[in-house]
Amino acid sequence: MATVTPDASQQELELKIVEDATCTFCGCVCDDIELTVKGHEITKAKRACVLGTAWFLNHSVDDRPSCLIKGQPASVEDGIERAAQILTKARYPLMYGLSDTTTESQRVAVSIADWVGANVDTTTSVCHGPSGMAFQGVGEVTCSLGEVRNRGDMIIFWGANPAESHPRHFTRYSLMPKGMFVPNGRKDRTCVVLDVRKTKSANTADIFIQLKPRSDFEALWTLRALCAGVELEADQVLADTGVELAVWQDLMDRMKKSRFGVFFFGMGLTMTRGKHANTEALLALTRDMNQHTRFVCKPNRGHGNVTGADNVVAWRTGYPFGVNLARGYPRFNPGEYTASDVLARQEADAAIIIASDPMANFSEPARQHLKSIPYIAFDPKETPTTKDAEVAFTVATYGINVPGTVYRMDDVPISLRPAFDCHHPSDLEILQGIEKRVQELIALEAPQAEKDPSLRPSTRLTNGGKAE
Amino acid sequence: MSKTYIIIPGRTSKQGVGINEGKFEETYQSEISVLQVSFEDMEELGLEAGDWVRVTSEYGQIEIQTKAAKKDELPAGLLFIAYGDYSSRLMGADTHGSGMPTSKGFDVTMEKITTPSE
Repeated sequence: MATVTPDASQQELELKIVEDATCTFCGCVCDDIELTVKGHEITKAKRACVLGTAWFLNHSVDDRPSCLIKGQPASVEDGIERAAQILTKARYPLMYGLSDTTTESQRVAVSIADWVGANVDTTTSVCHGPSGMAFQGVGEVTCSLGEVRNRGDMIIFWGANPAESHPRHFTRYSLMPKGMFVPNGRKDRTCVVLDVRKTKSANTADIFIQLKPRSDFEALWTLRALCAGVELEADQVLADTGVELAVWQDLMDRMKKSRFGVFFFGMGLTMTRGKHANTEALLALTRDMNQHTRFVCKPNRGHGNVTGADNVVAWRTGYPFGVNLARGYPRFNPGEYTASDVLARQEADAAIIIASDPMANFSEPARQHLKSIPYIAFDPKETPTTKDAEVAFTVATYGINVPGTVYRMDDVPISLRPAFDCHHPSDLEILQGIEKRVQELIALEAPQAEKDPSLRPSTRLTNGGKAE
Repeated sequence: MSKTYIIIPGRTSKQGVGINEGKFEETYQSEISVLQVSFEDMEELGLEAGDWVRVTSEYGQIEIQTKAAKKDELPAGLLFIAYGDYSSRLMGADTHGSGMPTSKGFDVTMEKITTPSE
């Protein structure tokens, strides 16, 4: 698979077509891409969007070393040894990322976290983590994207801009397709966009409602009230939401008349003041709407396998993100065990960052602390995070060089069909190496830990990472 | 005293393309290092495309070039920036018990400067 050494003389002559390749750049996970591959380069990605095309055409094999230790080229074996030493010596290791790799790699990563008693968190915590909290609080009325395609006649995007973030969302799933119960495609669907900005997505909507910034919660409760037939004061609604009551009433009337309504929501809800309370309000409104017609609600997930990360962490630990394994059993507490908090409070003393870039996206206090501790980073490309890592692995790209499974944003698992081999190892191979070495180091420490309990994290007495 | 605005960091397709080309390459760097300002606010501050401003939040400060947002995309008082190093520098670390720092819709002040200080 991913460790084949390239033979330029043979492969550069080779021209092949990969049918039904899967794009893993965003949560749409389009699996109908036709790739034209010449040697170690994809020259064409038919049916891919602008983001998918950039994804496929810019992931040729990187000529950086497969491993750097403190910025100096090193063997992968030495990198695995150093990584295992860092993780086993740490008192509060953090594992973070996981959303741009395969489900198979995520599974091994969580095993390592379990062995070393780490705090494991995914990029979910800084995108739809608040949605995860809301799902637990309210519940989720959900469906697959296939049902949206075949049934959805009222499509509402709230705080989401798929025209920029998920360019094929409209054409492949939500607006344009002719479906079983919407035979005329776009003509049978009403599209509503609610946002504080008139985004590119707003241009495709039948109805655009421009919200007052930071008023999503108030707007959602206005709709909940109208759904329940509560009379509202027009002046108050306008002051609270920046939108006339008549506009909300018209929207609610249309929603009630629809046969299959769908909310897609984005980080306009989860990243703004209110966060999980905003999402809870939307999920509660969705639930309320089912008194009148069929309505569902879906988060527009960003990274290619962030949904897989939620699934894997949940079936390994019982919780989807922000899980602490230090006591040998999982504890879930967003705000305490989420990566941004653990770093900003300067709690973690080592980290392993897999397929994500917190050095570009986290708050300054979190970034400064990450920079001050030893950490291991995995990425196919050089990023601000790999640059400051004590051990940086350049890995083969999932979906392009590496097979495996990813979960689409609607929790549907999809297989990957890689296009060409790569001389860099996959993150799965490195993670398996780290897990093996971590187990050996823990076994070596065991006699000493028997004598001195302070050296023995309770998790090491469990066998949580053992393969099922 | 500088006027207060609300800033919305967010995704753009150009930023997404830039991530694939490489985060140290021109496409990504140019996209994350420009602030979009409404036509009305550009006029009020006497800004032209490429002019520099100092943006200050409760948690950090950046100096950044501006450009006018596309027609009607931003109402007056609202600023937009693609996610990246600059937007992160303005963001606070407190997640209010959610794991998510308030990354969109927070207050900043903005003032025109002639040249960046560095």
